[in-house]
Amino acid sequence: MKRILSIISLSILLTACSKNDDPKPDFNESEKAGLSIQFDNIVGNKKLILNNGNYTNALGQQFNVSMLQYFISNIKLKTTEGQEYIVPQDDSYFLINQADAASQFAKVQVPVADYQSLTFTIGVDSLRSTMDVSKRTGVLDPAGDHSTSGMYWSWNSGYIFLKLEGSAPDAGSADQKIRYHIGGFGGYSAPGINNIKSVTIDLRTAGIAKVRKDRNSNIHLFADIMKVFNGPANVSFVTNPTVMSGSYSTVVANNYVNMFSHDHTEN
Amino acid sequence: MRANHLYVWCVIILFIVGCSKNEVIKEEIESFLGFKKPGNFPEPEYNFVNNPVTKSGFELGRALFYEPRFSRDNSISCGSCHIQSAAFTHHGHDVSHGIEDRLGKRNSPPIMNLAWRKTFMWDGGVFDLDLQPIAPITAHEEMDETLERVLAKLRAMPKYTSLFNAAFGTEEINTARTMKAMSQFMLMCISSNSKYDKVMRGEDNQEFTTEEEQGFNLFKQHCASCHKAPLFTDESFRNNGIGIGSVDDLGRYEITMNDADKYKFKVPSLRNLKYSAPYTHDGRYLTLKGVLDHYSSEVMQTPNLDPLLQQNGKLGIPLSEADKTYLLAFLNTLNDETFIKEKSLSEQ
Repeated sequence: MKRILSIISLSILLTACSKNDDPKPDFNESEKAGLSIQFDNIVGNKKLILNNGNYTNALGQQFNVSMLQYFISNIKLKTTEGQEYIVPQDDSYFLINQADAASQFAKVQVPVADYQSLTFTIGVDSLRSTMDVSKRTGVLDPAGDHSTSGMYWSWNSGYIFLKLEGSAPDAGSADQKIRYHIGGFGGYSAPGINNIKSVTIDLRTAGIAKVRKDRNSNIHLFADIMKVFNGPANVSFVTNPTVMSGSYSTVVANNYVNMFSHDHTEN
Repeated sequence: MRANHLYVWCVIILFIVGCSKNEVIKEEIESFLGFKKPGNFPEPEYNFVNNPVTKSGFELGRALFYEPRFSRDNSISCGSCHIQSAAFTHHGHDVSHGIEDRLGKRNSPPIMNLAWRKTFMWDGGVFDLDLQPIAPITAHEEMDETLERVLAKLRAMPKYTSLFNAAFGTEEINTARTMKAMSQFMLMCISSNSKYDKVMRGEDNQEFTTEEEQGFNLFKQHCASCHKAPLFTDESFRNNGIGIGSVDDLGRYEITMNDADKYKFKVPSLRNLKYSAPYTHDGRYLTLKGVLDHYSSEVMQTPNLDPLLQQNGKLGIPLSEADKTYLLAFLNTLNDETFIKEKSLSEQ
């Protein structure tokens, strides 16, 4: 009797504690709802504006950005209860393009739940990078919309993970252009450069994502392009205005892995 | 009665024989056998499970291979720099020659026995035949086109909607289908009917002459460790000491960024050399004799020179002039005239 009473009081207490208008759902992989991850590109304390921005890196060198694109893939989420949900691979590749506002929202379907952390890959994993051509559809199609701006290296089979181009008055290139095309999935028939980076973002400080039926939760991230140049190593436009498949690409990738921060979540 | 019968049958048979020339040819074309591994070849590397070779897929691939719309100004096709009579190379051209007379930095390699290759291009930068055509299509100094625009051009042509429909069941034209059809054509470019092959398979009572036999023995002794039979390449990347060319091409290093790969290039096959001059990655040797002279007395000490070319403190391979004659005789047995004349591989 005493036991039953205590169970009843405990359940009353639990009920009282939970917010009535937003009950925390049970984690059920068949009950899915929409979640978007917004990649809001900024430069330091300014919004990124293509062609007309005027930015200065840590070395005091001015620059302007004319193009920014990067791949986000392999999205994983962890609930406040610690359950992990991996977005099915075929639905988990996004090309974020500063010139295309719609592309800046990575939209996925995930089980209704409260999520406390988000993990994703910057770039394209090695498995997909070596898959049969029939598995390279959508943003991964070598002939896709991005081919005019080239996110695929045909001569060294693989994807460009991040492409940033612009100009800098101090640039050591003949045309004062800066070009950063960073890729490298580790090599196929011989070990090569591996710039695949994984990022985990804790959502608890700026707001967990409450994914519910019939509404969309949006995790609003900032991607600070300044951190491509300012970081563990400061990239100079004078000495490294063009970085592509060479070994210096790892320096740039080790910088940009730190460019993502969580601003807020719209539930 | 019986004689009558016989007579009728004879007439019928004559009638059939008289009419059947076209029928026989048609039958020959229709009896498409798909990909067949030659008896003296190893198992292929290509994954046929994802792309079985069919008659209609092969025919589509052949049409695409000879389609000039793959280049930006519709002036050159794959077949322009991979000419069948030159064993699918660009005879007489040291380096690739693209649209608007742009020149690349490497010699056009043969489209030959690609099913057995692990990597493609002189530096092995492409690891899947299905991805290979994108490289020349998009290279500035070759076709300078985008795949997206190529697909748009193909979609506008009824010829291709019907060929894609025949090959894949619907009229959709996309990257994967285009690449796979091209692979089907290239996989069928098999050269396996040289005198060497016939000797090895014991066909047609073919035998090496004394000179060829001596050349074969020298070959096994001095060349076979890199130019491994029956494909005559071990698919490795090596610096053969020809010296750094005018454009300082770093070869395999451009792919791996590994200092130990500087100046290394894919070991090329030695089949069909009669048709595919000039030789080496930048086409600097006009004759085979020139290549043999290089190995015997002109090997240069450059970074990552292959250890096999600097044994016992000496550069190169010890070859007498007589040895070279025998080797040339043996190499001549690797030429396959049926390959360069095979009608099904020609532009139709």
